[in-house]
Amino acid sequence: MTDKTIIEARDLDLYYSDNHALKGVSIAIPQHQITALIGPSGCGKSTFLKTLNRMNDLVPGVRITGTIEYNGEDIYGRDVDVTRLRKQIGMVFQKANPFPMSIYDNVAYGPRTHGIRGKAKLDAIVERSLRDAAIWDEVKDRLNKSALGLSGGQQQRLCIARALAVEPDVILMDESTSALDPISTSKIEDLAMELKSRYTVIMVTHNMQQAVRVSDNTAFFLLGELVEYGETERIFSHPQDKRTEDYITGRFG
Amino acid sequence: MNEYATVKGEIGAVKARSEKQGSAGRAAERAPAERIDSRRGVKDVMETVMKAVFVVCGLVAVGFVLIISIYLIISGLPAIREVGLWNFLAGTNWDPANKSGNAEFGILPMIFTSIYGTCGAILIGVPIGFLMAVFLSKVADRRAAAVIREVVDLLAGIPSVVYGLVGMMVLLPLIREGFDLPAGDTLFAAIIVLAIMILPSIISVSETALNAVPREYEEASLALGATELETYFRVSAPAAKSGIAAAVVLGVGRAIGEAMAILMVAGNVANMPSLLSSVKFLTTAIAGEMGYAGDLHRQALFSIGLVLFLFIMLINAALNLFLKHNKEGS
Repeated sequence: MTDKTIIEARDLDLYYSDNHALKGVSIAIPQHQITALIGPSGCGKSTFLKTLNRMNDLVPGVRITGTIEYNGEDIYGRDVDVTRLRKQIGMVFQKANPFPMSIYDNVAYGPRTHGIRGKAKLDAIVERSLRDAAIWDEVKDRLNKSALGLSGGQQQRLCIARALAVEPDVILMDESTSALDPISTSKIEDLAMELKSRYTVIMVTHNMQQAVRVSDNTAFFLLGELVEYGETERIFSHPQDKRTEDYITGRFG
Repeated sequence: MNEYATVKGEIGAVKARSEKQGSAGRAAERAPAERIDSRRGVKDVMETVMKAVFVVCGLVAVGFVLIISIYLIISGLPAIREVGLWNFLAGTNWDPANKSGNAEFGILPMIFTSIYGTCGAILIGVPIGFLMAVFLSKVADRRAAAVIREVVDLLAGIPSVVYGLVGMMVLLPLIREGFDLPAGDTLFAAIIVLAIMILPSIISVSETALNAVPREYEEASLALGATELETYFRVSAPAAKSGIAAAVVLGVGRAIGEAMAILMVAGNVANMPSLLSSVKFLTTAIAGEMGYAGDLHRQALFSIGLVLFLFIMLINAALNLFLKHNKEGS
């Protein structure tokens, strides 16, 4: 495990029209670790997550100041190719959102988009991604069936496989287990812990036990500010900020 | 909504009443409910009357369809029997008003013209309409899209005779000069007019289908590093495919049934169709000749109506199939 920083935000401010959603956020996220973003609803954690792959660009009226560096490159720089950034920084959403296509086509969508054609090559990528997402055994006999026929937990793991298929560096998980039952949740948590040897995982979660169980570092957001950030163990055992303590002991939020 | 609330209220009242009958002893405690009950007479009558009105209205539509079908079959069959089904459908000569007694009633040229014309209009109209739907639904900013949508609705509201008129005044001279023909009245002109006429339905039905594609699909695609255009064509359009297919079928239905506009630009000669010759459609034969046709000729026009009717029934059945598939898909 290295402590090399892979993503670093400095003095990040974000406005949705007049709404000041992120206030001076500075954070350095280490490679090959799981970083959890926690905080009450509307605190800016999801917004922050979406600045990392520039999905906020899609929101009309959004304005961003400050810098975010990914491997030392400013991701909001003028010459950045957003599609290549998003290939490197993949995302798994809150609600499982497989395309209404076959399981195979779902996973092959990303590689095809990035120009990979040959059937043998795609077959290999699809199998590897589904294995990495721990769903291969459940779907290998019905790769050509619609992905919408899978259960919620399976769909979410398929979405992880789909994200892995483009060989990202970083995986953003936006409350990816919040709609799932405990068994599916624990499968995805196990998966995240396995993935961190090869990927950097940044997850937004409402579930503090989840943050404790899986993450190496935790960042606590409140009202658009990054209140406290550090090793998960330390944050949950010795929070330095009163607001963090109040939140993790369940006094508000 | 109000109607619904009333009905629910009625059900509640009925329940209350049956409970009351079950336990007469508690009826006294429910005096206020009794007062509400006392107005039921008038409401009940209104409910029954309105239900009857609805049923009658529903039956009127069904009745008209039945009457038209029966009428078409009865009046269309004699000519077919007289000419012979094969001679009628596969005959290549349409000369119903021949004075020397050699009248011929082959409608094959018109069947082909209607099919070619419709296919041509679809070939031109669907790609343009689909791309415009993508533009309106995904690309254009909201204000521009609203303005364009208004204009498209306006296009749908223009009477078909006006399309014919404009086609006659603008399109025909262009075609005449562009292709160096003696006259511009051609299948080509009809195809272009039809293509424009079916645009509004194709645009609005496909746009509705595209708008119904969940935003999450598009976000997932973008997050994988696809560009917006890749996303619209590889995720949104396939997700909306049954709606878009319905749009195409609707366009086919409109094109094959259109008479007035193409009557004015197609030249109305029952040639076997070719792009730059004058042609006669199934619809324009009826519209153009009914005024002077007599006897067998007149009956043959009814038979053409029957053929057209069957075509349109087929198209409607296809449309229903797509819509049903659409519902099951989602």
